Formats: sequence, C-alpha cells, structure tokens
Amino acid sequence: MASGKVVLKVGDDISTDIIYPGRFMATVLPTETPQFAFADDAQFNRKLKAKEIAAGSFIVAGKNFGCGSSREQAASCIKGHALTVVARDFARIFLQNAINLGLAMVICPTIEAAEGDELEIAEGAIVNRASGKRFPIVPLPKARQAIMDAGGLIPYTRRLLMEREAAK
Amino acid sequence: MGMTIVQKILARASGKTAVQVGDVVEPRVDLAMSHENAALVLNQFQEIFQGTGKEARVWDPDRIAIIFDHRVPAESSKTASNQKKVREFIASQGIGKFHDIRGDVGGICHQILPENGYVRPGAVVVGTDSHTTTHGALGAFAFGIGATEMASVWTLGNILNVEVPGTIRVNVDGEFPPHVYPKDLILHLIGLLTAEGANYKVIEFHGEAIRGMCTSGRLTLCNMSVEAGATAGIVPPDRETLRYLREVAGVKDPVDLPASDADAIYDRVVDLDAAKLEPQIACPHTVDNVKPLGAVAGKKVHQIVVGSCTNGRLDDLEVAARILKGRRVAEGTRMLVFPASWRIYSDAMRLGYLSDLVDAGAVVCNPGCGPCLGIHQGALGDGETALATTNRNFKGRMGNPTAEVYLCSSAVAAASAITGVISDPRGVK
Ligand code: SF4
Repeated sequence: MASGKVVLKVGDDISTDIIYPGRFMATVLPTETPQFAFADDAQFNRKLKAKEIAAGSFIVAGKNFGCGSSREQAASCIKGHALTVVARDFARIFLQNAINLGLAMVICPTIEAAEGDELEIAEGAIVNRASGKRFPIVPLPKARQAIMDAGGLIPYTRRLLMEREAAK
Repeated sequence: MGMTIVQKILARASGKTAVQVGDVVEPRVDLAMSHENAALVLNQFQEIFQGTGKEARVWDPDRIAIIFDHRVPAESSKTASNQKKVREFIASQGIGKFHDIRGDVGGICHQILPENGYVRPGAVVVGTDSHTTTHGALGAFAFGIGATEMASVWTLGNILNVEVPGTIRVNVDGEFPPHVYPKDLILHLIGLLTAEGANYKVIEFHGEAIRGMCTSGRLTLCNMSVEAGATAGIVPPDRETLRYLREVAGVKDPVDLPASDADAIYDRVVDLDAAKLEPQIACPHTVDNVKPLGAVAGKKVHQIVVGSCTNGRLDDLEVAARILKGRRVAEGTRMLVFPASWRIYSDAMRLGYLSDLVDAGAVVCNPGCGPCLGIHQGALGDGETALATTNRNFKGRMGNPTAEVYLCSSAVAAASAITGVISDPRGVK
C-alpha cells in the first residue's frame, strides 16, 4: 500500500488563504496553480518548486483543513505536487473539491505524526511506521466514493451526460 | 415526522415527498452563480464535453448568473484576459444574468443576486463562492461549491451528491440595544459555535429579533453562517421577505413562503437574547476568536474598511456616515469604503452619505471585493492592523500574512476611524 514521509505538519483550521493565498487567484488552471501552493510558507514552497519533495509524501493536518473560501486552487495546487493530505477532518467545500479533482486525501480523526515520520495507508487505517501506531480512517460516503472511483467529477459528469443523452 | 425548511426545499427540488437528514439527493438547481472564477468553471466545463462529440452548451442559460466583482476594474492583464474569455463565453451561450464592470448594474455577487430578484424563497442556489450562504436570507437553500462542481451543474442542471444536512436552530429574542447590530449577533454566535461548530449543517434563524430585522441584517447573518462551518444559513421567509422582494428587488410574480414544520427535528437549539448583546470583535487570525469590544479597545488601527458583501449595504453606510459627519478620520489611520453594489453607491450618493464620508477623509472606492481579499486594492503593509466590516480575518487575508485583521460592525469601524484606535460606538456623542 501507499507510503511516504510527512513533509508538512500543520494544526487546526488551516484556511484556503494559507494553502493558496488570495493574491494568486487570477491563476486558475490546475497546470499553473502548484507553483503557489503554501506560498506564504517560503521554505516549504521553495522545496515544492525545487521538486525536493517526493510524490506520495504526506501533509498531516488537524481539524477543519481547508476552511474558508471555495477556491478550487487550494485543492489543485496540492494535487499538482502529488501529495496526500491526512487530516483529522476537512472543511466541507475543500473536501468536495478534493474529491472532484481526485486529490488524494484521508480523513483520520486521531492521526498523530511528526514531520519526517513515515506513514503507510493500510486497510482501513494509517500506520505511522515511526511510532508503530495505527489510526483508523473514516471512509467516504458511498456516493462520493463513486466520484473518486470514476477519477473525479469531470469523467463522472461526462458519463452521466452520455447516459442521459442515450436515454432521450 | 416534520421537516425543516431546507428538507422541504431539497425534497421538492429532488422530486420527492420527503427527505431525511443524511439522504443523498440530486436536486435541480434554480440559480447557479459564479464570479471571475467562471474562467476556471468554463475550462472544466469544456473538458467535460471533450471526446463526447457533443457541442458544449450550458443546460439553461437563464439559470446562470455571472458577476465580475473580485478584481474590478481588472488589476492585471491576466485578470482582464480571463474576464474577456468569460465575456465571450457568456455571449456565445446566451447567458442573460451577467453583471459586467459597470456603474449601473455592477457590484458584489452576493448583493447583485438579491437586489435583482434572482433569489426566491424555496430556491436551490449554488455559487462558486463560499459566501453563497448569504442568499438564505431570502429563504433559499444556498451554498458554496467549487469550480469543477459548477461545471457539472452547468452541464446537468443538478447538483450531485447533496447530503441532506442537519439543522441548528437559533432563536433570537429581545431587542437590539442602541449601536448593536446583526453583525454583532453573528460574530457572537460564531464565537459560541466555533469555526467548525456548524460543519455540514444549516443554521436556521428564528425569534422576534429576526422577525423584526430588515433583509439587510438577515443577509449579514446568513453571509457569515459559513464562518461557523455551516453549509447554509436560512431565515424562513416572512412579510419582510415579501416586502424586500416587491419593493427593492422588483419581483412581481407570485412568491411561495416555505416554512419549517412545528415538529421538525433539530440537531441543536441555541437561544440568544439580543438585548444582552454588546459590540463584538473577531480577533486575528480566526473568525471564531470573538471578544466583546472592551477586551481590545484602544488597539491602534492603520486601516479601517467599511464595505463588502457582509456590511456594504445602504444601512451600513448610513451608520458610518452618521457617526463621521462633521468629524475627521484620525491622522495615521486611513479609511476605505466599498459599497456592495453600484445601486447602493448611487443611493448613498443621493442621500449624502458618501460626501459625509469623503469630507471626513474616507476614500470611497468602487463597489467590488477590493481589500476584503487583498488582491488589488487596500492591501496592508507589514505588521499593520486593519479593522474591517468584512467576514474573514485569516492570516494573509487583505494581502499580507504579517498583518492583522479585526472584524466588526460599521458602527465600530466608524467610531474607531475617528480615534485611530478600536473604539466603542456607544461612547460617540
Ligand atoms: S466581498 Fe469579500 S467575502 Fe464578499 S464576495 Fe467579495 S471577496 Fe468574498
């Protein structure tokens, strides 16, 4: 199963203004947003841009990750670096955006990890290899899982569109 | 079993007789709103049609509204080019509810929708903006979504996978004391519920203080419901809603007034007494860090902002003008005023509010989001402090991660402009 290092550990209520500051909102395309991920955290942003962070690495967050604005850039900028977000829980719009774009994210209400720890996504839990502890994962509601399984909302909607056309 | 107003709205929009909390439904959408981020929506929309052999057409151009407000007039060629792309798309799809950068019909999306009668009680409204919750003030179920989700709505006309939310009922009785406003009430409530206390839920407002409140104040309450994490805020529509729709929004056709059943089930009930409220301040860097004004009175402020979709309406400008008339904004403090729409701007001009504010030293800017998100107007300097009637104070809001933003009513903002420090409007003679 997927594993990787925790490259960023943040607390509760990390807002979209921190993940993707408003002043970069004129940049919208998922191909262009990754350069501004966590732009106000100069050190982390520099590492991301220099590609010093391996794909599949983890951001570990507390409660209410992604609160604030509906800006989808906050999800696409993280996805562009192929990071997985593990949070105690997510703000509603961010979670939906993440599902719609196919950003890897895990709801793990008890997660405990420090920067540098190696995490593994196992069956129904996250295993912290540094501490050896297992933290259970909250599965996504079925309807949302269907969008994830389709590869995101764009292919999912495309399929519905074609089904509706065929039924006409 | 009784249903809440939102359950009823969702049942009807999904073609069902009843829904329960937790059901997943796919309601049809009555109004789909976007602003500049329509540039991303249309990119995703076109991608949906790729490889289908079908021409990309929106499901219903009459149900889409697009308002330019976040960066108006354009601050960069990049924004201007995005706006140009969206304009061309609007023309090619025949989208009618378009509010461009204009002094007659322009303004902030959350003001434009209500004041043009686009939002009706009982409607399902989605917007690519988290403060779409604002429109619950007119009895609609209104919530924010992302751009890709909007592209899906433009394609299908439904919003997929809506989980019927539970509801927190907030009863507010009593009368507001002088100089205490709906903004103080919602800040107090957010402090009480916390930033995630209403996650995935609806906040439904009741009580005599709400019944006696103008639509303007109700818009403020629903606007900020999202700051407690709520999916939506809603005020069940009543005579005041009808008055607003008829007199302000010019709606002529029949209007339905849905209501919650008396035996509807709530997740939680919160009782508040408006008479006990005092002016409130949300302190940096979270909206739920709310304190009574006294706790931060005397704090030096470099920039005062009155405006935004939260408190940029005529009554907010009237309060600020009344306090500042014949007085001066303190040296070392600057005051920016952003009316929520051009209609409000011109009303405030006719009524003399704008000249009172300008004479006092305030800078009146064009309606739009301006300093609220700090993209191109009114950004803060390193380490500066702002006091604003807007709705968010996260680190980096107003364009500078080293600055601090405090949130308050327009009365507190105006009283503080005179002194240059956070001040109580109750002390202004
Ligand atoms: S005024 Fe501020 S909160 Fe309101 S729509 Fe504009 S940016 Fe968003």
